[in-house]
Amino acid sequence: MSDETPPPAPSVAAATAAEPPVKKELRERPETRTVFREIVESSWLVIVLAVVASLLISSVLILMANTEFREALPYFFSRPSDTFGAIGDAVGGAYSALWQGAVFNAGAGSFSGKIAPFMQTLTQATPLIFAGLGIGLGFRAGMFNIGAQGQLLIGATLGAMVGFLWHLPFPLHLLLAVIGCAVGGAMWGFIPGFLKAKTGAHEVITTIMLNYVALNLVGWLLTLEFMQRPGSDNPQSPVLDSSAQFPKLFGSQFALHWGFLLALGAAWFTWWLMERSTLGFQFRAVGANASAAKTAGMRVPVVTILVMVVAGALSGLGGSAQILATQPSLTIGIAGSIGFDAITVALLGSSRPVGIVLAATLFGGLKAAGPTLQVQAGLPIDIVLVIQSLIVLFIAAPPLVRFLFRLPNPRFVKEVAA
Amino acid sequence: MKLELRGITKRFGDFTANDSIDLLIEPGTVHALLGENGAGKSTLMNVLFGLYDPDEGEILIDDKAVDFDGPGDAMAAGIAMVHQHFMLVHPFTVAENVMLGHEQVKGPFKLLDIDAAREKVREISSRFGFNVDPDAVIEDLPVGAQQRVEIIKALSQKAEVLILDEPTAVLTPQETDELLEIVRQLRDSGTAVVLITHKLREVQAIADTITVIRRGKVVGTALPTATREELASLMVGRAVTMTVDKAPAEPKDVILDVKGLSVVDEYGVAHLKNVSFDVRGGEILAIAGVQGNGQTELTEALLGAVTPTSGKATLDGKVITGLPIADVLEAGLGFVPEDRTEDGLVANFTIANNLILDVYDKEPYSKRGVLRPKVIEDEGNKHREQFDIRTPSIFNTAGSLSGGNQQKVVLARELSRPLKLLIASNPTRGLDVGSIEFVHKRIIEERDSGAAVLIVSSELDEVVALADRIAVMYHGQIVGIVPPDTDRDTLGLMMAGASTEEDAA
Repeated sequence: MSDETPPPAPSVAAATAAEPPVKKELRERPETRTVFREIVESSWLVIVLAVVASLLISSVLILMANTEFREALPYFFSRPSDTFGAIGDAVGGAYSALWQGAVFNAGAGSFSGKIAPFMQTLTQATPLIFAGLGIGLGFRAGMFNIGAQGQLLIGATLGAMVGFLWHLPFPLHLLLAVIGCAVGGAMWGFIPGFLKAKTGAHEVITTIMLNYVALNLVGWLLTLEFMQRPGSDNPQSPVLDSSAQFPKLFGSQFALHWGFLLALGAAWFTWWLMERSTLGFQFRAVGANASAAKTAGMRVPVVTILVMVVAGALSGLGGSAQILATQPSLTIGIAGSIGFDAITVALLGSSRPVGIVLAATLFGGLKAAGPTLQVQAGLPIDIVLVIQSLIVLFIAAPPLVRFLFRLPNPRFVKEVAA
Repeated sequence: MKLELRGITKRFGDFTANDSIDLLIEPGTVHALLGENGAGKSTLMNVLFGLYDPDEGEILIDDKAVDFDGPGDAMAAGIAMVHQHFMLVHPFTVAENVMLGHEQVKGPFKLLDIDAAREKVREISSRFGFNVDPDAVIEDLPVGAQQRVEIIKALSQKAEVLILDEPTAVLTPQETDELLEIVRQLRDSGTAVVLITHKLREVQAIADTITVIRRGKVVGTALPTATREELASLMVGRAVTMTVDKAPAEPKDVILDVKGLSVVDEYGVAHLKNVSFDVRGGEILAIAGVQGNGQTELTEALLGAVTPTSGKATLDGKVITGLPIADVLEAGLGFVPEDRTEDGLVANFTIANNLILDVYDKEPYSKRGVLRPKVIEDEGNKHREQFDIRTPSIFNTAGSLSGGNQQKVVLARELSRPLKLLIASNPTRGLDVGSIEFVHKRIIEERDSGAAVLIVSSELDEVVALADRIAVMYHGQIVGIVPPDTDRDTLGLMMAGASTEEDAA
């Protein structure tokens, strides 16, 4: 009989999940939901360790890409010092280049030159903060919004049109252009929200598809005469009026602009909205348990639409950090990969405003340091992408991080403590 | 076969789930294991089935120590368990389910020997008078019959110790009686039956030995002659009154008036068929019935979560059918949902936030769309005190509370608004005796303050204890409304579909 599978086994095993002090109520419901929560609500420790783990693995890759190391390896046993030297040079060089490119360049002559890398980091972080806030807000309201890219692009397009079609005095023009960005993003967020509320169409699919629609729509718009830069055959718009652009924050030697302050303001606003307003209370309740929210009288479809509109507006503002500052002329490449990087930023920041600002700064730093890494450490730019991707990979698999660092399972700890 | 657990201790960190438990199970006896939720009954069974290694103690079969590595070992030794939630493959036949995991094959191509399985089912079925057709498909069978299939499955593996985990939770009173009869037969044929339960009535009816477990310890053994009060006090650890203390109802005007309410779902299945009744202020109408006979749809239609296909309901003269849920709640409905974790609470939210889940947008909790954390905290602490919600802080998540305390959160929220009507579905499901007492008391206080109360419960004890009138539901219809002193047999027959009181009598 020993080779037979006892039928009640799985059931008894299932019962263990709801053991003695552990109430049945603690059990999470559907599996997908659990995985989603696990990813979205990773603990800070796991996140920090995920970054550490990805930097460690990246070190190995940096070594593989390093010629001295590869040359020293074959005679490792006769002269190990060469290998270790190469390891030190390669890894140390790479990370010091990262530091110099993203934070502080001690070698620069002037003070402004020394802090220029950090200013660049913050500039790169600005659109990521906006879009990360939009995605994080969606996460907390139970919406897996993959459409920040499209929302950002449409936002940038509308903002650009305000910026070069209208000609108005400075503060007003800028204000209207910023509003244009937010409205564009909100419109693009409204569509998947409306589809989900009315038909149940899943937002992951609709937002992904709307990214393509946005991209090609803007591509087509740029072929129209009124959108084209006079005398240019390239698909790019006229340069925006300077009255519609964010002024620089610390003078012209730094790229950092007012958009960064706006991003910090948006982060504060998002915190206030989610934690202090009745609307945010509904967002969170629907995200955490839609059927309880419904039973309590909240109108889930309306909330769904509003969430996507607000998330879209935030992502759209991310477009303003590009079109009204760093690239004041519309091209289809204006969004870069910001909308997708922002997903990582939101995950890394646990969907909380403060976390998102910090995560966006980290990613802004990786981006800002790209050229320095390439020139100074001779590393392929791809290594930055590899680091980013590894971070995501580890965050998406908290059990992996816990295994690597031998952390206890938090769920089990909770059971015992209960 | 004599099964003995000796000094079983199982700890999880600082928590001792089982504290040197001794248990002797002799052949041909029914041994009731009585204890509240979380008393350590399931841990003990998981130790017995080899899913947990005990920290101390040993398991002996016929005075020889055994060591089980998993349920397979326990089953090979002749111990079988019927779970509260059946482990059957629904589209399979009875015979297929019985041989599942123990398939016999025949012939050169090793084909499944379904005939042998059929024969086995017939043999066991006739031996105990189960009346189960081996070719019936599980999903077509009523719950009671499905349970018998589980028992056949266990017996087909020559189980000498049969453990039944809360076997009557899903049964009608008649099915419960049938099950108890089956248990008697099994006992007489020499099987040892372990009955895990918290229902005192059954224990008194059938047990030969009663072991009461509280907080992981055996706190006493009792004979079936013990009174319910004695057993309950042992279980809870303090004196418990088993009867609900309530004054006669003083019905006032009709508050809830339901006329011809029907609900047909999108697949064309009618869940509610032309249901009419009323509830007056100051009275409790309890809806009895086996789960899944339209009670859920009735409460959801009244709340507004489900749109009725026809008919209407008025609350104090105001039509509520077709209104958004928020407006129905505003009109004076307090709603305690059937599934508190799914519909009543947001597990990840703090207790404080759960306490305002349906009043967050009202003063004083918020003003012009802005929440007022101080008010929410103060009111939360007030509710914690009034409703005796046991938690170190109202900023802990609702998910961290025990079932009883979760239910208190829901009640605190719903009863803190001025109510005209309270609807509570299975308000004490899964709660321990102490919490049940508390919940019942609050519900009766609400009645006495003049609100109309509609209780839906599949526990006949609860219905009888609370009701001023009892409406019995069967297949989406109300088969009759009877006074609370109607005897249980009549109620049972009505729950099985006897259409009126007269038919049942």
